[in-house]
This record gives sequence, structure tokens and C-alpha cells, in this order.
Amino acid sequence: MGTVTLTAVLAQGTATVMAVLAAPLLLGWLNQCRAWLQNRSGPGLLQPYRQIRKLFHKDAVIASNASPLFRLVPYVELASMALAAAIIPTLWTRLPFAIAADSIALVGLFAMSRLFLALAAMDIGTAFGSLGARREMLVGFLAEPALLMVFFTTSLIAHSTSLPTIADGFAHQPFVLYPSLAFACVAFLMVLLAENARIPVDNPTTHLELTMIHEATVLEYSARHLALIEWSAALKLFNYVCIGLALFLPWGLAERPTDPTGLLLAVPALLLKLAVTGSGLALIETLNAKMRIFRAPEFLATAFLLAMLGLLVRLLLGS
Amino acid sequence: MAGTHTELLGAVDIGAGWLAIGLLGLLRPRGMAWVARILFPLGSLLGIALATAGILALSHGVETLILPFGLPELPFHLRLDALAAVFLILLGATAAGVSIFAAGYFRPGEGTAPGLLGLQYHVFLASMLFVVLADDALAFMMAWESMALSSYFLVTSQHRLPEIRKAGYLYLLVAHLGAAAIVLSFGVLQGGSWQFTFEAMRAAQLSPVSASVVFFLSLFGFGAKAGIVPLHVWLPEAHPAAPSPVSALMSGVMLEIAVYGLLRMNLDLLHGQVWWWGLVTLGLGLLTALYGVLFAAVQTDMKRLLAYSSIENIGIIFVGLGLTLIFRAFHLPAFAALALAATLYHCLNHAFAKSLLFLGTGSVLHATGERNLGRLGGLIHRMPWVAWLALVGTLAIAGIPPFNGFVSEWLLLQSFLFTPSIPHEFINMLLPLGAAGLTLAAALAAYLMVKFYGIIFLGQPREAKLAQAHDCGWLERIGLLWLAAGCVLLGIFPAQVLALISHATLELLHATTAPPLWHGLLFAPVSPERAAYSPALFLFGIAALVCLAMFIVRIAYHGRIRRAHPWGCGGFALTPRMQDTSEGFGQPIRQIFEPFFSMRRELPSPFDAAPHYRVQIEDRLWRWLYVPVVSMVQRIARATGAIQRGRISSYLLYSFVTLLVLLIWVL
Amino acid sequence: MTNLPLELINTCAALLLLLSFAMLSQRRVLTQVDLYAAQGLVLGVSILITAWNTHQPHLYYSAGLTLLLKVLVLPFILHRLIRRLDAIWETETLLNMPSVLLIGLLLVMFAFVLAQPISELATTLTRGTLGIALAVVMLAFLMMITRRKAVTQVVGFLAMENGLLFAAASTTYGMPMVVELGVGLDVLVGMFILGIFLFHIREQFESLDLSHLESLKED
Repeated sequence: MGTVTLTAVLAQGTATVMAVLAAPLLLGWLNQCRAWLQNRSGPGLLQPYRQIRKLFHKDAVIASNASPLFRLVPYVELASMALAAAIIPTLWTRLPFAIAADSIALVGLFAMSRLFLALAAMDIGTAFGSLGARREMLVGFLAEPALLMVFFTTSLIAHSTSLPTIADGFAHQPFVLYPSLAFACVAFLMVLLAENARIPVDNPTTHLELTMIHEATVLEYSARHLALIEWSAALKLFNYVCIGLALFLPWGLAERPTDPTGLLLAVPALLLKLAVTGSGLALIETLNAKMRIFRAPEFLATAFLLAMLGLLVRLLLGS
Repeated sequence: MAGTHTELLGAVDIGAGWLAIGLLGLLRPRGMAWVARILFPLGSLLGIALATAGILALSHGVETLILPFGLPELPFHLRLDALAAVFLILLGATAAGVSIFAAGYFRPGEGTAPGLLGLQYHVFLASMLFVVLADDALAFMMAWESMALSSYFLVTSQHRLPEIRKAGYLYLLVAHLGAAAIVLSFGVLQGGSWQFTFEAMRAAQLSPVSASVVFFLSLFGFGAKAGIVPLHVWLPEAHPAAPSPVSALMSGVMLEIAVYGLLRMNLDLLHGQVWWWGLVTLGLGLLTALYGVLFAAVQTDMKRLLAYSSIENIGIIFVGLGLTLIFRAFHLPAFAALALAATLYHCLNHAFAKSLLFLGTGSVLHATGERNLGRLGGLIHRMPWVAWLALVGTLAIAGIPPFNGFVSEWLLLQSFLFTPSIPHEFINMLLPLGAAGLTLAAALAAYLMVKFYGIIFLGQPREAKLAQAHDCGWLERIGLLWLAAGCVLLGIFPAQVLALISHATLELLHATTAPPLWHGLLFAPVSPERAAYSPALFLFGIAALVCLAMFIVRIAYHGRIRRAHPWGCGGFALTPRMQDTSEGFGQPIRQIFEPFFSMRRELPSPFDAAPHYRVQIEDRLWRWLYVPVVSMVQRIARATGAIQRGRISSYLLYSFVTLLVLLIWVL
Repeated sequence: MTNLPLELINTCAALLLLLSFAMLSQRRVLTQVDLYAAQGLVLGVSILITAWNTHQPHLYYSAGLTLLLKVLVLPFILHRLIRRLDAIWETETLLNMPSVLLIGLLLVMFAFVLAQPISELATTLTRGTLGIALAVVMLAFLMMITRRKAVTQVVGFLAMENGLLFAAASTTYGMPMVVELGVGLDVLVGMFILGIFLFHIREQFESLDLSHLESLKED
């Protein structure tokens, strides 16, 4: 990790704040691309911000039998996603905060946010809430091992479980093709779609409660609590995309924030990669239909097995 | 070697103290105040003392002691080394919390008289202590059997209920089968020297075949006690039957003592280096973990659910042990030390977290009289202390950072990442499957714990009588707090705990994990480049960000908060029955893993006026393994029944013929 | 950068395996045919790389033949066949999908174990891929076993041949040209025969569900 300097910490803090602030933009871009692909004009890039702003200005309504846990959870959601953003290398790879959690702990962090969301959904005791909690955990218990297996594959290649070190290894060493990463990449993409409640696993814009997964867990939230949750969902998408970029498209990452030429390359590279990935996701969502809820375990089991296959290929082929 | 024997003597005194406390209870066997308010807290203090002695003993090297009694040829040998010290800490610290909880828990008029219960309870504690300290086979087996017997009596403390008697019988049966296997394994292990001290067994030279026999016998014997599949059947019966503090001790400590036995046997006494032992252990552990967690997810009784979750955790511990054995067999001591550290760490974690949850269910049971998840709900409003402290245990068992369960899973996964350095193709290929199974079990555990916590403590109360539920008393709160604090501390200071555990790995494997860095704030058991995790920073980060977010929201958007009826998608009248039941919450698991369960479902017909849905899930192993064994035993019994004539002269004839045959054989 | 060709071939091998799994998990016949075409493409590319790397001119012909036959001709025929047979429905599997995939995973491991001793004997650059080639064959077999519909079995048969060709290309730098042409022709002819066969099945049972064949059994 090297020494931790004050500038490094400050730079990292700034980058994290920027990530938190800019995350809804990715969601906006994705939705805009989807709209274009569907021949609609689209709500514009800034729509998620408008949504969040609107929600923040409303009075909150909370169920009379809500426990303090219910009110705490939106903050925990945002905090865990912000912490994740501080761990994932987006612009440079020498991250002083990265020692807080390696990739395995990062999976734990995502598990934590999911578990709290599920608990909050059960707190009110509505039919849809517990249904959502159950489905959210269903998606989670299959997606989490798949994600871990993806990280295992990359960790075996990089001889480290620390995400910045892995990205560093891929970005700054002579180019080597790893076939196992093809499996890991497909598996990761599937996990990304499932964990972020995207089509084909879940429909983020649905208003039909019976088909909801993620949305059903947040039905009882309103106003600023809902805003925090929506924001953290946008940040989660951003985090996942950034993990994917760091693992599978790490080129252009600078080594440290004090290297201006590196940063000059890294910022446009990141923007470009995010734009391309966002439109790619929009394409996937447009081409696919939402699958039945009981096909979702199948989808995720496939992701899990693919990730395992990647690990096997890595071990057996040595590449 | 020697030096002063302070810690060992102290531990022996504590054991004697527990026995004395138990006997003192007999002075006023019906005096609830005397037993509960005075003796149990005293026992709890002794537990703290024991944990302290254990911590001190870790850095002091091996101490041995020969007690002046026992068999004429074989006085009791005692020994306190680092491995024993780790388990003394586990026993002492957990017992301290459970005892203080028990002081407030037992009520008059429930089954066995309090004095007698106190005796059984403290004998149970003391015998576990002596199992850990024993240094010869005789002392070990005596302590082991008295542990089994005292816990049997504790399980059947409400012996008027027939199903509890049945559960106790099953427990006793499996315990004795296991004990027989352990005795046999000691018999083989002495290697013809007929010396039954552990010292002699360490020195014994065994042929590879007899070493493997010892391994399998001990795996069977200790596995039966630990609840390894397929010998797990007693666990989900005995745990719900026992009073909650007893379940807490049995699940949190006794299962780990069985693991201790296996560790002692295979890492200390037995010198074989056979890699497939590790593979067998690992495979069994994996099977157990997945089996336990799947069955836990479909349970409807909260204590059965926890019992199955204990089976899962024991499985994870066995996976760690298997990995240790594999690494050791391939002469990779540093990685073996990492895996062993994960194993021991998980023992500690499970002891704290599972005791905490069992005690929590005890409080719920007392407050509501319900064990069925389908009749609970919303208790976070009525029982905030129990609910919030149980949340800690829930997160710990679910393996959520920064709590303790995550640390050991992290360590175990890290050691899995070193398996490519094993020079063996076949293992290299199998171990990713192991890692995948482990992660699947860990992720399912989170599902399971959401079900457990959400259905008991969150939502709306499912029964009217739950409105009368009350929070637990202050003694119980202290017990819960103690264990919850243990979970948190084990989670946040893993580097310090690992430094303690590494005494044991050094002793058994002559290797340790890397020393703590940055005053223990950074947890990097191998090297910080390889893997680092800093739970303190993690917790600080989350807490700081939560506070920051709250602060900003408070400053910028302090709109009103209105309390209203739950929205529930459109204002129809919401009844508690609309929430998921425990069957409903387990439904996806049943659906996905359907071939795994043997299910009987009663679906209502569409014209049923009062529809009723029932699903019953059974262990397939009952039909596949136990029923055939039982019928075989019965067939043998019937066959032997043929020689039962009931006439005294024929029995005398049998004896005479046997004597003749023996004499001819001697000729 | 000397081992770039090796890495490329390894990547092709991994992609072949990935496509095999995709075919195994795919329910729609038309998508399966497209995946088959993609597999042919990857296979052709990998043979091209081998040819370029080892300077064996006959491999170029082999690659050309593969690309022509498996990317263009056979998928085209299959597409037409499926449309003519009106068999665009989703195929059903005999086992549920995760179990099929899990079995597939175990087969991959088995194939690797099986290929290990042979690979060590081989002297070629790309010997590590033999296991994958074997796995592709086995997965195609598994696909044929677990499907009910006859069309999928044809696709499975063709995918199996892909695995064989890849095994040949990666371990011995391809078979002699005559053999290769023969196999290619065989596949084409087999394809036609199977197509005719399918029409007959449909005429007889008015369905392509192979479970109907069970009624042919004499009791």
C-alpha cells in the first residue's frame, strides 16, 4: 500500500464525494440511452437528480408501527455504498482507504446493505414488504457467491484480494490475455444486472407489485428516506460498473492522484468507459424481457456456475 | 516446560469451584433465590476467571499436573497448552454470559427443581473444563462421559413431556455411539504400548492403516458429538427440548468441545500426514454446512432453526479443519496455520453468537410462550433489549462485516485462495468447488438470519397475546450484553485475537500468521499486499458516513415526519396475517432445492371454505440411513431372540459351551 | 509477446467452452443455432491462428472450410429446417437448468482429469486446450441427453463435431486434409439425413417431441 499521506487521503476523499454526487448521472445516462433505443425522447440526463431533489423537499410519512431500524436503514444504505465507492479504484489505484476492506469484505459490505434493506422491508409487516425482502434475499444468496467466485478468479491471477492491487496488476503490467476472465466477466455482468434490479431479473420502473423484487422492499419509504435509498441504489449501480471496469477494463487508470498526466488520461478514460458501459447496459435491457421470478434463480445459478468455471479454467489452464 | 503451575492450578480450582457451587445448590434444592440469584452469578464470575486464566496461559507455555487420584496405575494427568487455553477462554467467556443470563432465566415450577438443575448445570461446565484439560485417555473419557450425562439430564429437565424424553433418548444414544468410537480410537492410538497418557500416544508409532483407523474412529466419535451429517439428527431434537441457557451452552460450547477433541486427536496426538483425511473432513464439513443451512431455512420452530444453523457452523469449522489437514499433509505449515486460525476463530465466533441467539430465543419464549415463528412478530417494540442485542448475533451469524462471523469466513476464504500452491492436480480441481460451496452456505446463512430476525422481531405481532410480551430482566440483559459485546469485540479486533490464537497454531503446526500491523488496526494475516481488512476502519467509516448523512439531511431537509397507517400499496385493511409466515419465507428455498427435501404438502382445494395449508419437511436421511439401520438391528435382535428359551438350564448350557470353546481355542 | 498466439488460442478455447455452456443453458432452438454458428466462428479463428503460428498451409484450408461450413452453410440450413418444421418453440429439459449446468461443470472437471496425461505427452504449443476440447464434446453429449426435441439433438451432434475438430487442431495441428474433407462432407450429409429423418418423425407423430418414440417400444 505504501505510506499514507495526507494528500492521498484528501484526494481520495474528494474522489469519493465526487463519486457519490455523480452516481445518479450514470443512471440518468442509462435511462436516456434506453429511451433513445426505444424511440422515446427520454427524460434527460438529470432526471434522477430532479427526482431526488423532489423527494427531499417532501414531508416524510412513516408507518405508525415502524421501529427505529426502519428510519436508520436509509442512512446505512447510503453510507455503505459511499464506503464501497471509497474502496473501488475509479481514477487511480493507490487508494489509502482500500485497506478497510478487500474484495471479499466488499462483498460483505454489499451483503450488509442488502440485509439491512430486507430487514427494513419486513419491519412494517405488509404483505409486499416481506415478499420483497424474501425475493431480495433470494437474489442475494445466489448473486453473492457468484460475485465472490469472480473475485476469487481475479485474486488468483493478481495474487491479492485487494481490489486496487488487482486493478493495478491488470492496468500497469504487460498485456496478457486471461481466458478465465471471459467467464468471470460474463458472470459478473449477470450479477450486476441482478443485484441492481435491472432487466431481465427485475424491472426498475415497474409499478406492478407482484412482479417487484427490489422495489417491493422500499414501498413503505417516502420523501427523504426514499431519496436516500434511490440515491444509494444509483450509487450501487455506479459502484458495480466501476468494479467491472477495474477488473475487466482497467486501462487508463492512473497510479496515484499526484500524477497529473495520469489523471489527465484517467478522467476522460473513465467517462468514456462509463458512457460505453451505460449504453451497453441499456442495450441489454432493451433486447431482453423481464423473466419470470422463478427463472431468476436459474439465471443466477448460471452466473455462479460460470464464475466457478472461470476459476476452474484459471486453475487448470493456468491462464 | 514447568515453571509455576498458576494457570493450570487456577483452572482446576475453577472446575472444583463449579462442582462446589453445584453441590451447594443441593442445600436448598427448591430455593430459587438461593440458586438463581447467588450461585449462578458466582458461577459466572468463575467463568470470567477461567477466561482470564486461559488468556494468561496462552503466553506461558505448557503446564502439566498429575492429580493424586485416579486409577492405581494411571493417576489423572492434566495439561494446559495453548490449544487447551483457547478453548478455556471460549468456555469461560461463554459460560460467564450464559450463567448470568440463567440467573435471571429459570423460573420456579418448570421441570427439575432449581437446586438439582444447578448441580447438573455446573457439573456440565466442570466436565467440559476437564475434557479440555485432560492429558490421558481415562481422564478424558471420564470427563467426556460426565459431560454427556449431565447434558442429557439438562436436556430432559422437563421430563414430563414425552417428546422431550424421546429427544433426550436420541441424544444419549448418539452420544454413546460416539463415545464408544472415541474409546476405540484411543485403544488403537496407544500403538501397543498400553500407555494411556497422551504423552505416550504422541510418541507412539502407528502403521498407516491403524493411523487411518484412528482418524475415522475419531471423526465418527467427535463428529457425532459435533453434529456432523449424517450424525446430526439429535441436534434439532435436543436443542429445542432443552432450556435456553442449556441450549446455548450445548450449541455454543459443547459442539466446540467436540471440535477440540478432534483437533487434539488429529493435530496433536496423531502423526499421520495423509492428504485425503483432510479431503474427507472437508467434504463432510461442506456437506454438513449446506445441509444444515438448507434445513435451517425451512424450519418453523425458532430453536430448531438455530439448531440447524449450528450444524451449518460446525460444517464450516470442519471445512477449516479439513483445509488445515490438507495443507499440513503437503508440508505447507504457514497456510495450515492460517486455516487453523480460521477454524479456531470460527469456534470462538460461533460460541458467542449462537449462545447469544439461543438466549434471545429463551427470552422470547419466556415472554410469549411461543417457539413457533408463525405466531411471533413485532417484538422489537415490546422487547427492545432482546431485539437489538439479538440483531448483533444475527449479523454475526449471517457473516456481515464488521461483526465476528465475517472475520472467520474471511480467513477461511483467504486460506482457500492459497490452495493452488498445493502440488496435487486432483485437489487443485476439487477445492474451487469447496470454496464455492462455502460461499453458498455463507450466503444462505444471511437469508436464514433475515428470516429468523425479521419474523420474530419485525413486522406486526401475529398473535394478540404478543401485546403482553415484556422485555427481559436486568440479569438477562447483562448476559446478553456480555455475549453481544464479545461478538462486537471479536469482530473489530481480529488482529489481537489472532495474535492470541497464533500461540496455538505455533504449538500445533510450528507456524503462525503474520503479526499485527499498525497496532492491530490492520488485519493482514498474510501480508498487507496480499489481503488486508480493517474492521475498525470499516466500522468507523460506516458510522462516520451515517452520522454525516444524518447531519446533512437534518440541516438541509428537516421536513416534518408524519406517522400514519402503513401504506401497503393502497390502503386496504392490513392484518398481521398478510405478512409472510416462516413457511412463506422459506418457500423459495423449498422451491429451488426441492429434490433435497422430503416434503409432504397439503394444499387446500379451491372450494374449501376454511382453506388450510400445511407443509411438513423431513430429513431424508431418516429414511435412507436411520430407518434401515434400525430395522437391521431389530432383525438381528429377532434372530438372536431364537436362542432365548427362558429356561435356566439352557442359559447354563450356553455359558458352558462358550467356556469349552474358549478353552479349546487357548489350546 | 512471444506467447500471444498461445494466449489467443487459450482464449478461443475458453470462448468455445463458454459457448458450449451457453448452448446448454439456452432454451430457444434458434438461439442455439446462432450460438452454434458463433462456436464455428471461434473454432475457425482458432484454427487460423494455429495455421498462422505454425505455418501449416493445410490448416488455412481447414479454417476456411470450417468457417464456410459451420458459420454459413449449416446454420443457414438449420434455420430453414427449423422454420419449415415450425419448431421455434422453447425446448424443455429433462432436468432443471442448474442441475444440468452443475453436471456440465463436473463433466468439465472430468474432462480435464482425463486429458491431463495425454496433454503431457503432446508436444504442441496448445496442449492445454485438449481438456477443453474434450469438455466441449461431453457438454454437447449432455445437451443431447437432456433435451426432448429432436432439433436440439441435431445441434448437439454438430457441436460435438466442433469439439472433435478443435481437439484435432489443438493437439496434432489438424488431421490430414483428406480426413478433414471427409469429416466435413460427413457432417453435411449427416445433416441432410437427420433433416429428412426429422420430417419423417414429424409426419409420423405430428410432433418433434422424442418422448413419442417411446411408443415404438414393444411391450
